[in-house]
Formats: sequence, C-alpha cells, structure tokens
Amino acid sequence: MTSAPVHFVPPTDFKARARAALQDEALRKSFRGAMDFLQAKRSVQFPDVEELEALRDLGEAVRQHALGRLPELLVELEAKLTAAGVHVHWAETADEANRIIHRIATASGARKIIKGKSMASEEMELNHYLGARGIECIESDMGEYIVQVAGEKPSHIVMPAIHKTRGQIGKLFEAHIPDTPYTEDVDELIQTGRRALRRAFAEADIGISGVNFAAADTGTLWLVENEGNGRLSTTVPAVHIAIMGIEKVVAKLEHIVPLSSLLTRSATGQPITTYFNLISSPRRAHELDGPHEVHLVLLDNGRTQAYADETLRATLQCIRCGACMNHCPVYTRIGGHAYGTTYPGPIGKIISPHLLGLDATADLPSASTLCGACGDVCPVRIPIPKLLVRLRTEANRPPDEAVVHPLRGQGARYSRREHIVWRFWTGAFSRPRAYRMFRWLATRLRALTPRRQLGWTRHRVPLKPAPCSLSELLRERDQPE
Amino acid sequence: MTTLSARERILGKLRAAGAQPPIGVAEIDTAINAHYSARRPTRPMSIPESVDAMRAALTTAHAEVICASAASWPAQLAERLTAAGVQRLLIDPETPEGAALTGALPDSIEALPFAAPIEAWKRELFETVDAGFTVARSGIAATGTLIVAPDRGSPRTMSLVPPLHIALVRASSLHPDLHSAAKTERWSAGMPTNLVLISGPSKTSDIQQTLAYGAHGPRWMWVVIVIDRIEADGADQ
Repeated sequence: MTSAPVHFVPPTDFKARARAALQDEALRKSFRGAMDFLQAKRSVQFPDVEELEALRDLGEAVRQHALGRLPELLVELEAKLTAAGVHVHWAETADEANRIIHRIATASGARKIIKGKSMASEEMELNHYLGARGIECIESDMGEYIVQVAGEKPSHIVMPAIHKTRGQIGKLFEAHIPDTPYTEDVDELIQTGRRALRRAFAEADIGISGVNFAAADTGTLWLVENEGNGRLSTTVPAVHIAIMGIEKVVAKLEHIVPLSSLLTRSATGQPITTYFNLISSPRRAHELDGPHEVHLVLLDNGRTQAYADETLRATLQCIRCGACMNHCPVYTRIGGHAYGTTYPGPIGKIISPHLLGLDATADLPSASTLCGACGDVCPVRIPIPKLLVRLRTEANRPPDEAVVHPLRGQGARYSRREHIVWRFWTGAFSRPRAYRMFRWLATRLRALTPRRQLGWTRHRVPLKPAPCSLSELLRERDQPE
Repeated sequence: MTTLSARERILGKLRAAGAQPPIGVAEIDTAINAHYSARRPTRPMSIPESVDAMRAALTTAHAEVICASAASWPAQLAERLTAAGVQRLLIDPETPEGAALTGALPDSIEALPFAAPIEAWKRELFETVDAGFTVARSGIAATGTLIVAPDRGSPRTMSLVPPLHIALVRASSLHPDLHSAAKTERWSAGMPTNLVLISGPSKTSDIQQTLAYGAHGPRWMWVVIVIDRIEADGADQ
C-alpha cells in the first residue's frame, strides 16, 4: 500500500477553513446528505420517546456514577486486568502513550501493526509517531483505511470517510492499490479493501484497538464494531495493545447494557452492531488463538483538567456516538476537517480545549449558535450548550485572573477593550440609578454612537439608541414603567 | 519508573477533585433492572415467540436462518453446505453437535478441526478454509444475537476468519434481551477470556453510507436454530 503524505492542520486556522468549507458545494452536499441519513436512522431507533428519555436517564446515571468514583474504578480495573495477565500502563500525555507503545513494539521486535478504530490513537498521532521510527501502522476500519490511504484525517468520529464520495474512493483505490481498476460500485470497493487488508491482518506483529467501555468489576474491555476488523486486530496478532481514555471505565459490566444500546442506536441507528467483543484476558495456556500479550494504555491527555472542575467534568460522560455532530447545524455546513481537531463538532468543541489548550482552540466554543440540538440528542445528557458558554467565559477571562481551576490557555480570546465594555455594561445594568443615567445619556447623545462597534459591526449595521427610551414613551401615555 | 509516576500523578489529580457519585450503585442497579423488566411482556416469551423474534432480527441483519429439529438439522445443513460448494469446514468434532454434523457431511466436504495454535497454520486458515461451524452458548431474541464463548475446540478465529460462519443455537437458550442474558448467565460473576456477541455477517457503511457485507469478518452467516420438539410442545401448553 502506498499513501499520500499526511497533512496536519492546526486548529488555530478554524475561521479560514470554515469559510473555505462553506464555499465548497460538493462538501456541503455530501455532509448534508450524510447527516440527514444519520438523523433519520437514529430517530427510527427511538420510536418511543418515554423509553428514550428513561434510557438517557440510565446512561447519565451510569456515567456520572462512574466519574464520581473514577480514581477508585481505575485502580479496580487495573487490579482485575493485572490479575488476568493484562499489562496496564498509564500515560499522562499523548507523547508518553506513544513512547509506551513504541517500547512494547521494540521489545517484541515488531515492524508491522494492524489497527482497529481508536480515536485516542488519533489524538496521539500514533501512526505518525511510529512511522517515523520505522514501524508501519495500517488502519483496518474501512473508513479509517480510506482516510489513511488518502493521507487525510477522519472527518467524523464514527464514519471517518464521510466526506468522500464513492467516485473519489474509486480513484483513490485505483491509484494506490495494485491491480485495482476504477469502480464506483460500493460492494466492489469494500471487497478491494478487504483483499488489501487480509494479508496485513495475518502478517501483523501487533494489533492496536480502542476501547468503547471498560467494566471495573469483571476487568473487561468492551469493543463495539460492525466490520470484524476490531476482532481480527485483537485476536490474530501475538500482541494486542488497547488504548483507552481514562474516563471510559464504568463500575459494573451490567451498567454497559444500557450504554451499549444508547451508543449503537444514537451513532448509526442500529439496535446492536454486528460484534460486541468482550475481552478479559490474554490467551490462556489451553487456548489456540488470541494474543499472548495484552496491554492496556490508560490515557489522560488533558482529561484530568476537565475532571477537576465539577461543571466541566460532564464533558467526560461522553460515549463517542457522534449524535451531537450529526445534529449540529454548524458541523453539517462545514464538515469535520474545518475544526482541525481529532474530535470535531459539538463534542470536539468541549473536549478539545482540554486536550490542546484554549489558546489553540479559542474559536471553537464560539462556533456555535447555542441552538441546543447537541444537548437534546446526547444519549448521556451532557449539557453541551452550557459547557460551551462556560468555555467562552474561560477564553475571555483575563489571563492573569486567579481561579480555582484554571484552564490551559485561559484568556486566549481576552481583549482589554472588550473587557472594559462588558464591565461598563454589567455595571450599568445592575444598578438602577446608573442604568437610568446611562439611558438618559445614551438617548440624548445618540448622535455620538461610534460607527465601529467591535465584532458587532463586522456583519451587522451599527447599533444606535432610540431617540427616547421605552419607559419615557410609557410615561407619556401615563403608564407606569 | 516513569509509568509508575504517571499513574500516581493521574490518580493524584483525580483524587484531588474530590468527586462523589451523585447516585449509588444499588440505585443504578435497581433502575436498570426496573427499566428492562418494565418493557418485557408480563408473561415470559414462549419458545416459538423467541424463535420468531430471533429469526426476524437475523434476517433483517442479512443472516440466513435455518430452523430445524435436533434430529434433522445435521442433514439439512450438510445439504446446504454441499450446495454452497464448501470444501473445507472448520469444526470441533469433540462437541456432540460437531460430531453430529461431521457424521452427516458428504465426502466432498472436509471436516477440519482447529488442531494447532493459530501461529502454526495462519496462512492456511486465512487462505484455504471456506467455513467455520460453532455452537453458540445462547442467543438474544430481540436483536438476533449469538453469544459465543470461544474455547479450545472452537477458538475465536473460527467464527471470524472463514468467509462463511455457521452458528448453531438452541431455541431453549434464547434470552429476550441483552440485559436478561447478562443477568441470567451471571456475567458479573466472571468472564471468559473472550465473549463475542454476533448479530449477523460482517458489514460496513463507511462508503457513502451504503451498506455492504463482508467487510473483514464473514461475508455470510447462517444460523441454525435447533428446536427441540418436547420444548416447543411444552411451551405451547
């Protein structure tokens, strides 16, 4: 397999990319179509609103309970897995996690790695890291594979190649996979992908996967998929490395029952996916397949920052279904790449500031109309709009203001002028006498209103006070204020 | 040493947050149990009802379903395998079902046991085996799911690598839903190395949301639901 070089895009160029995406008719058409499709699929799965709401309550309760006991549950999970023979590693940063995996690969003399889908590994830029050290990582999820061959990054957390048309994929396969004629037939394209990856599964020294849920009580990793590539990656190679964000553990295996139902129905509108793969130990002495070695890498990468704050902690309830992006009017219009972050859409806007710092992601929390669709569909009731507002506040807070839980990049959007305007505004509106005085002055001196009013006038006509206030008009009619 | 201190640092930060669960584990367990039992019919599903639900869900998921009695399924399946042109079939002859099917196979189909560790014959397994036959521990009627616990005779790849997977499930082992399966089988008391829930052939809709089968796992799946006469009669009463 050959593939185009990977282009990394910094999240700081968000506005320019969003503008470009809005001009791209093909891209907008494909996202609109895909989002309509996914919305319809999801809604068919939840015909009974009462059942949906009750299930969301359960999902929220399970996740909040788990987060409330997170350190304890992680230790329990580690103990259970270790007793079963799984090696558990902890990584505070993406770089640390990459180094751990590189060390495991070096110790087993691995040259080739086959990967199941893992968003955590995307966060870490793992393929790039290992590639630079002579170890080839091949993505095996069809969508991820397409994106990897194209030298791109996923544009959706559940459907990575959602931005590509079958024609584009046909051309891509023709150019990069030997003996592959051009076709737009989806069945044929999938069979080409299957053929191309078959040998990679058999030859890989290590299989890497993500983790959808982990149960502390039984020490079980619960993987959800349709293709079978996750099962192959975690079964055929001699070594399996699972990468998991520290927030994914829940107290009990049975708690995953409602979560898994919420996940598959919200994500792709399926009552269940083809495979639920529950892994609790490496191959035992009497068994004939499965990995001899299983490693679990627990990744922090900024999650503890969200965890420290009681409000922002809700960010970590996420089960990565993607329903928030499927229903987001902004995501639907600009697609996943414009964000420049591993996680696009609403969930990306609330998690990325913790992973990358507010300085790199300051535009993201503001790229929302706060319409609330994301919060309405979230299967675990993350109050996404509320968290967006909170992150806007943190991005505009003076950088040197001392707070209990400072966020990395606090004050990234802070402007002294804007700050003064808001200070004045708050003062005037919270003191009746000051307000009346301001009102009188503003109406009488309306001719002096500045024509340029910071961000407001970039897209709108300037605001100008009316000649007299509403209360004055009322008073003229002998009506009290 | 670095990983050890990463562990301590992460746990230290998490503990410093002083978080408390807003709701206790007993309350959650009760709520989950109540949620699922409230949505089940008051009378337990009869075996024919479970079989119908199972068959419907599996058919929707593009699996082929064969309902047969304990006496007749081996011959029926052997006939279908012959018609499909299967030549090498992975099978565990040590199980009663494996032995029954092996006995019914014509000479044109080789019954191949998974006799050696995968490393010894990976290439052969990937390139020459047409089908794998496994016996599911149980099933889930609502979603058309087979609960498969791979073991020495039927390792994980048996239901995964060959392009055709045939799973046999007894009608009497069908649970109404996943919650009931996990509870009745007491999953929380201890899990096997690997437990797999399979709900149809491998599929993907990663290209323009168009569903295609046979992504990386089996392209075809046949499910044999064995209906024991006595069980079916008993349930009808």
